[in-house]
Amino acid sequence: MFPKPIEKSSRAAQLSYQGLLPIALLMWLAPLIAVALFSIKPDTDFTTGNYWGLPSAFGGFENYGKVFFQSDMPRYLMNSFLITVPTVIGAVALSCMTGFALGIYKFKSNLWIFFMFVAGNFVPFQILMVPVRDLTLDMGLYNTKTGLVLFHIAFQTGFCTLFMRNFIRALPYELIEAARVEGVAEWRIFWFVVLPLMKPAIAALSVLIFTFIWNDYFWAVVLTQGAESQPVTAGITSFNAQYRAAYHLMSAGSIVAALPPVAMFFLMQRHFIAGLTLGAVK
Amino acid sequence: MATATHPDTSQPTGFIRRNRQKLAPWLFLAPGLLFFLFYVIAPIFQSFQISFYQWDGLGAKEWVGMQNYQELVTDRAFEVSLWNNLKWLLMYLLAIPAGLGIALFLNQTVTGIRLYKSLFFFPFVISQVVVGLVFTWFYDPTFGLLNTILESVGLSPINVLGDPKLATYGIIAAGLWPQIAYCMILYLTGLNAVDPEQIEAARLDGAKGLRMLWHVVLPQLAPATFIAFVVTIIGALRSFDLISIMTNGGPFGSTRVLSFYMFEKALSEYGFRMGYGAAISVVLFLIMLFFIAYFLWSMWRQEKGR
Repeated sequence: MFPKPIEKSSRAAQLSYQGLLPIALLMWLAPLIAVALFSIKPDTDFTTGNYWGLPSAFGGFENYGKVFFQSDMPRYLMNSFLITVPTVIGAVALSCMTGFALGIYKFKSNLWIFFMFVAGNFVPFQILMVPVRDLTLDMGLYNTKTGLVLFHIAFQTGFCTLFMRNFIRALPYELIEAARVEGVAEWRIFWFVVLPLMKPAIAALSVLIFTFIWNDYFWAVVLTQGAESQPVTAGITSFNAQYRAAYHLMSAGSIVAALPPVAMFFLMQRHFIAGLTLGAVK
Repeated sequence: MATATHPDTSQPTGFIRRNRQKLAPWLFLAPGLLFFLFYVIAPIFQSFQISFYQWDGLGAKEWVGMQNYQELVTDRAFEVSLWNNLKWLLMYLLAIPAGLGIALFLNQTVTGIRLYKSLFFFPFVISQVVVGLVFTWFYDPTFGLLNTILESVGLSPINVLGDPKLATYGIIAAGLWPQIAYCMILYLTGLNAVDPEQIEAARLDGAKGLRMLWHVVLPQLAPATFIAFVVTIIGALRSFDLISIMTNGGPFGSTRVLSFYMFEKALSEYGFRMGYGAAISVVLFLIMLFFIAYFLWSMWRQEKGR
């Protein structure tokens, strides 16, 4: 193990390491802790200039209550869910199939198609912006959740295919060979042999795509406007305009907007990290 | 397909099987591939085409040839954006050594270390919009934590985002925060898989500290470094959310990058210039293409290697 395990060092080194950990963490998360602190302060603290002292009273209920009951925030959150969940399902479903096709079959253009997915996944969004916006307008899907979902599914299929294909490549190929010798139809091999083995990959991809799409801001701004279809990342800016300079409310709003992916991460941590670091180890 | 499950029908099975094997991948590919071609690949070519037109997004397109590109050459704002992109690229790469540093710091087995690792990773999970807001308040000249700290140690306060010289660096620092977390998690996973026998052998030979890191550990971390490099470059060139949230391109357009400037030109309140925006995005795409080609080439070598 590298660096040298701390247990093998002197007692003093061990103690100072254990002391250093929480200090380092506090410094690392300082900007976030500040926002969390702001979000539970009552508004009088801001008018009296008590920015960094302890809250004079616990204003958490009032602040978060305002976010949930006196703003469009619940609507934006709902939109975010209605955009994110179908995208996750669509992108994962499509890429299970593309990944299977590219991972199992040998045909001439296999690697080229695979590389096209990978390259498309890397392009800057801006090169797609004008045509995709135009396309969405033409289909009458501008400013709808459907328009956003369809594009997200298509774009995420690039990354998901890369992921699934590499995962399927690592599965024992003999299983498929054996099934073929038995004369099992190809779609049955996909459904009954390969798909059950892909559960960890599906879990990992689902949490990753959930986070990516929840946090998307660019496409939300390009393809939607207004509270009826905008997700929370775009909604937070209008929320902030509504409560300009009300830092306790803006902080509470930001925390609410950030929470679902955070919850997802802590609940599904193992899958999340496995997905993110795929390929980081040979 | 029904015949396929009964290989002993009158049909010659070898023939069916060969055709089945040829047809099946295309059926599996079709939905995903068509979707991807329609929404991702075709628009790239359309953007190239639109960049030769003058178009407000509604009326008729007017062919102007290379005029948009000629305008770019003399556009000061474009030049500023290009330089800022370079700053982003170079400064963003700091996320790789910084992430490695934190990973080395955390790669221990004391109690509670797992929680520490997840909390250090935390910034990556938060949306860039929220990161932008958090850092805007962190830098705030009247009450921000940064200036509160600076004043407490006797330094004069600075208005990071209001100063054209500093603003871009302030935004990059905000962007580095989640990016470092990402690189850290890549290296933590990589360090987990480092071969302990090699480390022990090197230790017996007297290697330690930086020499050990450089000659024994880093070569084994090469796959993690490659991915860290890829995601950091892509992240740097994609930077948009933070700029839009923190400064909206200002002060005096000093924090624009190509991705933001393109958006501003194509969809701003000053009128839609789709053709000009497309031309900017083509330039950004060509810069990215250089890296994409390199990534694909590396992947291709790996594919051949196995």
